[in-house]
Amino acid sequence: MSARENIFRKLRAATTAPLPSPDAAIAAHYASLPRTAQADLARVQLAKDFAEKITAWHAEVHIVPRSTWVDKLKEVVAAKGIASLLYAPATTHGKALAAAGVAGLKPYDQPIDGWKRELFENVDAAITGTRGAIAETGTMIVWPDADEPRLMSLVPPIHIALVDADTVVPTLYDAITQQKWSAGLPTNALLITGPSKTADIQQTLAYGAHGPKELIVLLLTGEDAQ
Amino acid sequence: MRAHETTHHVQFVPGSEFKRRAAEVVANPFLKKSFRGAMDFLMMKRAAQFPDPELLERQRDLAEHIRRYSLARLPELLEQLEVNLKKNGVQVHWAETPDEANAIILDICRRHDAKLMVKGKSMVSEEVELNHAMEAAGIDALESDMGEYIVQLAGEKPSHIIMPAIHKTKQQIAELFAEKVPGVSYTEDVDALIQIGRDVLRKKFMEAEVGLSGVNFAVAETGTICLVENEGNGRMCTTVPDVHIAITGIEKVVEKLEHVVPLYGLLTRSATGQAITTYFNVITGPRKPGEKDGPKEMHLVLVDNGRTQAFADEQLRQTLQCIRCGACMNHCPVYTRIGGHAYGTTYPGPIGKIVSPHMMGLGATHVLPGASTLCGACGEVCPVKIPIPDLLIRLREEATHEAKPGHAPMFGQGAGKTAFASFAFKGFAFLYSRPALYRLFTWAATRFRFLTPANQAGWTKSRTPLTPAKKSLRDLLAERSKH
Ligand code: SF4
Repeated sequence: MSARENIFRKLRAATTAPLPSPDAAIAAHYASLPRTAQADLARVQLAKDFAEKITAWHAEVHIVPRSTWVDKLKEVVAAKGIASLLYAPATTHGKALAAAGVAGLKPYDQPIDGWKRELFENVDAAITGTRGAIAETGTMIVWPDADEPRLMSLVPPIHIALVDADTVVPTLYDAITQQKWSAGLPTNALLITGPSKTADIQQTLAYGAHGPKELIVLLLTGEDAQ
Repeated sequence: MRAHETTHHVQFVPGSEFKRRAAEVVANPFLKKSFRGAMDFLMMKRAAQFPDPELLERQRDLAEHIRRYSLARLPELLEQLEVNLKKNGVQVHWAETPDEANAIILDICRRHDAKLMVKGKSMVSEEVELNHAMEAAGIDALESDMGEYIVQLAGEKPSHIIMPAIHKTKQQIAELFAEKVPGVSYTEDVDALIQIGRDVLRKKFMEAEVGLSGVNFAVAETGTICLVENEGNGRMCTTVPDVHIAITGIEKVVEKLEHVVPLYGLLTRSATGQAITTYFNVITGPRKPGEKDGPKEMHLVLVDNGRTQAFADEQLRQTLQCIRCGACMNHCPVYTRIGGHAYGTTYPGPIGKIVSPHMMGLGATHVLPGASTLCGACGEVCPVKIPIPDLLIRLREEATHEAKPGHAPMFGQGAGKTAFASFAFKGFAFLYSRPALYRLFTWAATRFRFLTPANQAGWTKSRTPLTPAKKSLRDLLAERSKH
């Protein structure tokens, strides 16, 4: 008999009393948490909460109007001395970057296999979009795909992320249910809350363990929400 | 399989060894202080995450419900997980024993002619002693979690399931790096030390043919694995090498992604007092056509290693609810005193005492259930409400008695039975069931208490001798009722 058959035989031999699904209890729990309703004013509050929380997690947040984020990005690139900025040329924001002629742009346009070393050693920063964010914990939802691959938010020492203020939801539960994650997960969905860190040496917090040392968030808002 | 490849070293833990190791730590004022300090810190941070005890109770009830529900449907959910993983292009393997798990992983490595495997944190890989098996086959298995990397460099084992290098000071780590990492000079600066590890390991991520990871939650409905981490090494191991192998115990499966949310929220808050980790890595298959990165091949190895034994018994099944947060060890007065290495098991502390007997048999672990004060702290903080103290009492019973008629014996049942204890308990039963004789005994014991020896075998090594009370409880009660 195979290991699989043995394991299932032993598991099936045990008596188990069925329990009711926890679905309703989970939904009730998240509905009971103090939260702001989804009104427009509440949206502003959610974005503020997100910004505050992710700042506490050591991210640098810039709140910018949607129409001028590329200018802000240019400032950041200059201020950080970023000579090589990895971007996804097929995305909307990627096209905007290329059109604005941001200096040092490097497209992620070929499979990693041919240029792994270059990515690890010669890229200063990468810019990606996000699928949304979570107010409760100050978390970004990153949804890599063929156009904007997984390693962009991991390997370069600086990760710059665009978060639209209108996409901030109260909790992870809201994100998963409202965005219907289970109906179509990408190869690798990610929650990112701050730059990479560790406290493995004497519980002393240090940033940039293996992933980005810095996380810069451009929080995009309407002109009036400044 | 060639003979030298059956390298699984069972970590045998004879009782005398446990006591010797524990005594060593107790006698080492430095280790004693470092564990105390670290545990105080973690307890404080956890408490700050749960200011509202009622809310915490509700969250624990919910988490317990989710885990119990998942276990009640374990065989079905595992089947569903397998079907969906396969749909997503993940190859699924089953292993009953550590040797089987290692052979599966070795086989995958061989097929890819792998020389280097980078490892994200995985307690199950420690449990099956994968590194030994890889080493024997000439494959470098390199730990990449900073704590695990430090521990591996020092030739040691993790002393805590969440903070593997908690027993080491930065001075020790500075010395270790200066000695073992080429071109590095002594520095006590923590940022500089982390940078050294980062530089070494980034080169390895690039080189490695295979990345290995654990699993925090497996989701049946979507065929997904979730990984929880702060450093990003888990993401490196699961994204950069051409092959990703994940290894997990069969109990980690839940039905839906929604069920993971409350568990994840409690896991990080209970473990290190963090509301969330830097990364939550949700993986649903290898690189798809057209994608530019990610592994080209992905495997999941599902390991039994005693879990089906725990599952067979409704009470012991509760050990499988565990989400490996480590809170029970952070709050355990025994763990705080003796640290993680004394136990000699992969999982130390209260959780180790209740899972290790299933993995290694009571023969190797029978002293562990007894090494507890039964203070109850572990059960109170456990986010999934495992009644650890009750399970310890149950396992003490199993360790020292043969299986009752009609009950299947546990692996190694009765191994802790000693002639002296049986004699003492039989003697007590004999006396206690004969009232006249019992009264005579207590009368004599209270009168002649000055005759009690000062040296009472193991007891007096670190405690004051036991002396019978001046008066028996029965006499005291009798006197009180007279007044
Ligand atoms: S037994 Fe409970 S407290 Fe201990 S590690 Fe498991 S989940 Fe955490």
